[in-house]
Amino acid sequence: MCGIVGLFLKNPALRPELGHHVAIMLTGMTDRGPDSAGIAVYHRPVAAGSSKLTLFHDDPTYHWRGMAGQLADALDVETDVTVKAAHAVLTAQSEEKPVRAWITENCKDVRIMGYGQLMEVYKEKGRPADVLARYGIAEMDGTHAIGHTRMATESIVTTEHSHPFTAAPDMCLVHNGSLSNHNRLREWLRRRGMTFETDNDSEVAARYFAFRMSEGATLQEAMEAGLRDLDGFYTFTMGTRDGFAVLRDSIACKPAVLAETDDWVAMASEYRSLAHLPGVDKASIWEPKPAVVYTWSLQ
Amino acid sequence: MQTVDLANTTIRALNQRLHDLPKDTNERSWHIVNPMGAHAVAVGLMVPVEIRINGHVGYYCAGMNKEATVIVDGHCGWGIGENIMSGLVRVTGNASQAAGASGHGGMVVIEGDAGARCGIAMKGVDIVVGGSVGHLSAFMAQAGNLVVCGDAGEALGDSLYEARIFVRGSVKSLGADCIEKAMTPEHVKALDALLKKAGIKADAKTFRRYGSARKLYNFHIDHADSY
Repeated sequence: MCGIVGLFLKNPALRPELGHHVAIMLTGMTDRGPDSAGIAVYHRPVAAGSSKLTLFHDDPTYHWRGMAGQLADALDVETDVTVKAAHAVLTAQSEEKPVRAWITENCKDVRIMGYGQLMEVYKEKGRPADVLARYGIAEMDGTHAIGHTRMATESIVTTEHSHPFTAAPDMCLVHNGSLSNHNRLREWLRRRGMTFETDNDSEVAARYFAFRMSEGATLQEAMEAGLRDLDGFYTFTMGTRDGFAVLRDSIACKPAVLAETDDWVAMASEYRSLAHLPGVDKASIWEPKPAVVYTWSLQ
Repeated sequence: MQTVDLANTTIRALNQRLHDLPKDTNERSWHIVNPMGAHAVAVGLMVPVEIRINGHVGYYCAGMNKEATVIVDGHCGWGIGENIMSGLVRVTGNASQAAGASGHGGMVVIEGDAGARCGIAMKGVDIVVGGSVGHLSAFMAQAGNLVVCGDAGEALGDSLYEARIFVRGSVKSLGADCIEKAMTPEHVKALDALLKKAGIKADAKTFRRYGSARKLYNFHIDHADSY
């Protein structure tokens, strides 16, 4: 069992409160996932041509500044780093690809949690409220956020195995359920050039959707293809640069509730996590239908 | 009228108060506010009290209900009125999956839509849905009535033992061993009584009836694909 939440703000006036609301939503899903928690916040974009990466190292005393300095020298770009508990948000005046390549090559123990231009990903073992507090999520502003509370079934409990999973710039996926064909699908994706960081089934789904979109599929098309190629139980919520999407498998064994007002759209595994949102008493509330892709976009 | 505010009372404390009521209690009318999607609100009631819940509830609300009337003024999560024995459970909004699951008696009324597996394994309960139901409704149903004023999703009545299913709208598909049956004057009369009891306005003559073909009761090699 896991809990997932997503909040997408339509009204810009609410953006300073994004972290506040989504922290309450995620804490509400503690019963469904007490072993680890994670959140992707679509926070503040970096300048065009720059990139932002969220990094993790097991050692809380890891010398992030030294690492950012070496990166700057190696790529001959400006870098900056903000340390938040075991994570660091690195910005570089460069496209993200060479930055990721350099980190992967030179900092074997550093894990890349998320990358792109605005998304920041924080995830760790521990109870959701503790993880949220450690990273100051409640104080973060932004346009949208996707969160997950994990009760592991398919693979071990580590920070790396926690959700969200990132497989493309500013893209992340959270999953409640389990996939039964992830080993075969992982091999299929490996043959097409995708690389994997864990043996987690949800990472396979994230990379599957990223692969489909890299082949030219729209978000809608990629998720529809997933209905055909992913075997198992799932409620997915995917975050993208400018929106989010929700999909349940055709059997719909895993729960989901959607709510929408003029100001926001929200998704949660259970209504409990929507009950505190401002104006929820006026919201239209419904259960997403099985095998139907729901998407929202800032455009 | 007893009012319980779930903003400052735990579910366990509320349910214990309700379980402690004697059969001849004078505290017959209860109002529960601020449920905030909580699970297991008013479960296991054994006495003829009336509970009105103001707001949306989570899973298994009014589960195992006996004699009580529980009204949810809002939507509800999975398993509303699960294993109901008697009494009435009413939801003014929509219900999620498995509404009235395995209910033995009494009535469950969903004024809006119900999700998948509505009336799964029902054993005598009457379920009346003002809107539509999702896939696999009345799956393995054994007795009772499922009334759907809207449409039914895929595999309606799959592996049905008995139970009567009435649908006014379209049926996306029938499950294994579920067939359409004739709507006789006797069925119209029974359905009309159910609709009246549920307080749902609909013309019983506009419904179609579905039931078990009774071909899966015993193993038969010709039906091997249906098991």
